[in-house]
Amino acid sequence: MVVADPTMDEPRTQATAEAPQAAQEVLSGARITCRSIDAEGVKTVFGYPGGAVIPLYDAIPAASFKHVLVRFEQWAALAAVGYARATGDVGVCIATSGPGATNLVTALADAFLDSVPIVAITGQVNQSLIGRDGFQEVDITGITLPVTKHNYLVRRPEDIAPTIKEAFYLARSGRPGPVLVDIPKDVFLASAPFTYPTKTGRKSYQPNLVPNMRQVRLAANAINSAKKPVIMAGHGIILSRAEDDFRRFAERSGIPVIYTLLGLGAMDEHHPQSLGMMGMHGHRHVNRALEECDLLVNIGARFDDRATGKVAGFAPNAKIVHVDIDPAEIGKNIRTDVPVVGDAGEALKLLVNEVDQRDHASWMAWIQSERNVALERALDDIPETPEPYAIIKAIADVTDREAIVTTDVGQHQMWSAQYLGIKHGMRWITSGGLGTMGFGLPSAIGAKMGRPDLEVWAVIGDGGFQMSSSEMATAVQERLDINIAVINNGHLGMVRQWQDLFQNRNYSEVAISSPDFVKLAEAYGATGIRVTKSDEIVPAIERARSIKGPVLVEFVIDPEANVYPIVPPGASNSEMMHHPQWVPAEEDL
Amino acid sequence: MQRSHTLVVLVEDQPGVLNRVVSLMRRRHFNIDSITVGHSEQPGLSRMTLIVTGEDNEVEQAGKQLYKLLEVVKVTDIPAEDAITRELVIVKVAAKGPQRAEVIQIAEIYSARILDATPNTLMIQATGSEDHIDSFLAMMKVFGIREMARSGKIAMSRGSMPAKQGRIDRIGDGSYAVAD
Repeated sequence: MVVADPTMDEPRTQATAEAPQAAQEVLSGARITCRSIDAEGVKTVFGYPGGAVIPLYDAIPAASFKHVLVRFEQWAALAAVGYARATGDVGVCIATSGPGATNLVTALADAFLDSVPIVAITGQVNQSLIGRDGFQEVDITGITLPVTKHNYLVRRPEDIAPTIKEAFYLARSGRPGPVLVDIPKDVFLASAPFTYPTKTGRKSYQPNLVPNMRQVRLAANAINSAKKPVIMAGHGIILSRAEDDFRRFAERSGIPVIYTLLGLGAMDEHHPQSLGMMGMHGHRHVNRALEECDLLVNIGARFDDRATGKVAGFAPNAKIVHVDIDPAEIGKNIRTDVPVVGDAGEALKLLVNEVDQRDHASWMAWIQSERNVALERALDDIPETPEPYAIIKAIADVTDREAIVTTDVGQHQMWSAQYLGIKHGMRWITSGGLGTMGFGLPSAIGAKMGRPDLEVWAVIGDGGFQMSSSEMATAVQERLDINIAVINNGHLGMVRQWQDLFQNRNYSEVAISSPDFVKLAEAYGATGIRVTKSDEIVPAIERARSIKGPVLVEFVIDPEANVYPIVPPGASNSEMMHHPQWVPAEEDL
Repeated sequence: MQRSHTLVVLVEDQPGVLNRVVSLMRRRHFNIDSITVGHSEQPGLSRMTLIVTGEDNEVEQAGKQLYKLLEVVKVTDIPAEDAITRELVIVKVAAKGPQRAEVIQIAEIYSARILDATPNTLMIQATGSEDHIDSFLAMMKVFGIREMARSGKIAMSRGSMPAKQGRIDRIGDGSYAVAD
């Protein structure tokens, strides 16, 4: 993220030019917390009250931000994740001490692995009880140490404002991530003079934004001399809001672009240079290009194992250029020939001037010839039972690929990643690193609160939906226009698929029953639609879009449907498996 | 090749910082052989000396991960040839009758100091490199060590350059560390 935080280097004159300070306002810690969140420009926070934060909730009605009451704290934090990813701003969630705080942990880990800027405010027991196993006391700063970018325990009311200021700065700057601020109840109740600081930052925290020009030139030389280069686009491009710089760089260099799961949308997938997703469920031609390429330019991705497959077999013939804002990512998983440490946007702005205009036509033609034509033809057939790919493609077509789509985790997520044809990075919200089931609905709520102007679809499996279905109540209470596509195969589909392919069909604990989803939606006060035939898919999507408030569309699919291709766990990307009926022609293999 | 590295880590002196450093090393699967913490020459900064064994690239990764902790100001991996390391040990040794003079004589060989004496024991302090201390202790064992307290290592590099505040140092080829 480009973070020349304006507050960091604000000219001194501005601070001194302010009117001579009248008597400073003296406020309670609770009010200071609310005023600080307001000062950060936060429009919506997601939370759940409890004992230690009763003083904070006492101050919330007077705050400018809106508070959305969720039904479970984990979904508050994931709503904050959805909000952050849809808006690019910092998402905020609030929970009480003890169980409220521990319920945030999964979502903090999700934000940590996917570099999402959120700030979590937790209540803590009175300081006199800390360390004495007080009621609802847990050491949340200790517990969240490995899953936050940083965390704080605030001990004095006068420390609240500077701490929140620093927390927001840390969350959004450099490599973004979650920051937790733990505030004891007595600190909420005590008073202190309030002014929101204009500056923050620490000497020891200086993200590398502008890359070393020598490294940029080395990268450009490698790019200019490559014959079969590939660009691997990662989440860093989207976090840096550098889609335009990225497209200019890709178009000038003429290099084909492949995407990690979270990099999808870094450039329109319908762009002629876009090839689609790589890795475990990547397209055949994409993984073939990785095998063949002589240069891989990774921009803002961290070489996750689901993207690389077996490291020894990853891009075996390629020189590796790696652009990342986090120096610790360089060489962590994959040997790197040319490291470029810096913000993706800053690096692309420099790189574009150094690379030659090229088109790589014959290399691109070779890659296109490696497409799995059998599969693509099969996707045009519409069997009577709704085919998962047909559902995903219909959502993309009907919404003109302009809607925000959130997903849960599993088969439907991979079908979506393969066939939505994602146009905008900030409208593709999925749990990548942690693979958090239950993500789809709360992140859609957060996204809709952040971008009420955009249509929002949540694509969710029947398993994941049942993890967070309580948030239907939140969506109804907030009268949110979100559409929920539940892809129901009666199974925990991805695990079922692994048991099918790799465990000799020993189906263990994967058949899962569901409530009547239509009745469930109606019980919550939402609308429910069931689709059991292919010709009902498009009309149901159209109808859902026309109805106010949350709409749940249940698509009943074949329980045997699998995601293809699939790279077996621990194998190289070149060892991908195809559907028995969609095996590419012999001569292609 | 697995070898021992000496990491000097300057950190802001804040509550919980030791926990953050140790927790990071544990969760990233880096093994700490020895750790010492104390003040540095700069007010507000503590100096940690971590001895870790690992492949060069693993230790480099550990250094980069340490830099991600907000309180970490500077990490230096002191090369073995430049490192001067010291340990301190205090031992209570049985020293009765004729053995007493012998213990004192050996202590002198190791430039060790007598800190306390009782009719039956001597308390002795020795400082030096790991080998020096090991050798001293081997000699004391002959008389019977009643109690021992041994510090971890502290280290400093030769030459005039202090391992103080700055950006990434000796991490990788250094080429991507600082702008031109």
